[in-house]
Amino acid sequence: MLKSSVDRVAEATPRAIANRMHGLSDRALAWLFVGPSIVLLLAVNIFPLIWTIRLSFTNFRVNRPNAEVEFVGLKNYLNILSDRDIWLTMQATAHFLIWTIVLQVLIGFTLAYLINKKFRGNDLWTTIIVLPMMLSPAVVGNFWTFLYQPQIGLFNYAVGFLTGADPSSFSMIGDVSLAPWAIVIVDTWMWTPFVMLICLAGLRSIPGSIYEAAECDRASKWRQFWTITIPLVLPFLMLAVLFRGIENFKMFDLVVQLTGGGPGSITELTSINLKREAFEKWRTGYASAYAVILFVTVFGLASIYVKALNKVKQR
Amino acid sequence: MTRFFNGLLHFRRSAWEMLASVLIAAGVFMLMQPFALVLYSWSFVVTLLGTVMFIIVSHFPE
Repeated sequence: MLKSSVDRVAEATPRAIANRMHGLSDRALAWLFVGPSIVLLLAVNIFPLIWTIRLSFTNFRVNRPNAEVEFVGLKNYLNILSDRDIWLTMQATAHFLIWTIVLQVLIGFTLAYLINKKFRGNDLWTTIIVLPMMLSPAVVGNFWTFLYQPQIGLFNYAVGFLTGADPSSFSMIGDVSLAPWAIVIVDTWMWTPFVMLICLAGLRSIPGSIYEAAECDRASKWRQFWTITIPLVLPFLMLAVLFRGIENFKMFDLVVQLTGGGPGSITELTSINLKREAFEKWRTGYASAYAVILFVTVFGLASIYVKALNKVKQR
Repeated sequence: MTRFFNGLLHFRRSAWEMLASVLIAAGVFMLMQPFALVLYSWSFVVTLLGTVMFIIVSHFPE
């Protein structure tokens, strides 16, 4: 008689191990499987978080490991929350966050709506649109610095061609008023395809029968869009906003490569500023307090966002 | 509005979650607004209060 693979594995298990496993309850087995993940989570996520909170109340500097560490209470928090430079950094982050999300949602949804229509070369266009998302942020930052070159940059040439302005008369990453927009443009170019893909999944999940029923009721295309398409795609859109919001709040690599936080500190986002405090000025305690402030902000925002998302899903 | 205040008095989750959400949103706005340094200085306290409140009240009965 042929033996099943389960029987063969059972027979191959050494007698000592089999006897030991035989006595385990379902609950114990469940803990056995989940245990390593929990230990890993505690070691990689929870422990560093608790350690950061602890360090935020001290004057610890990681480049002076032998120096005496003093408890400074809330001093680091008070210094951060009265520092005008960090306040400006927060404003730069808000500008970047708001405009990238607005542009990515608008353009991403429009592209998804167009791609969702049946036309020849649909798949090819989807692949071409998705390409920027697959590139490394370091590569994107590097080649956009060339595109933004006033003398030889394609971007300046295109703007000059469209507006009649002299291409070398402006520098996107060297001008204080243009640099914040330069990083917004690059992030939008890179991550709009991601929002488009999520919206496309939402659009493709809407059953055609709903539109057919609306056609039977003589609902106009405009009304179908506002009463069927938008409400059913909304949870997907909100998910995209959540992902992009959290990602852009901690944006680092792309902006460092593109502007390095300059000119001056006009494009210095919070994560870049935090890295400078932690690994250039070596103020570890101060940087820990800074990180805790950012963590609480993102955690709070994510909490209310997830609640809103669940509400939309229940409707 | 009366329902909201009744919810707060009777420790209903939705009313308290709403209050916590408003605090978090206000805290984040205060953190990133360009108008007054004093709002920025108090932003973390407001956000932290809202976040802790949100975690606690999400265990209240509906």
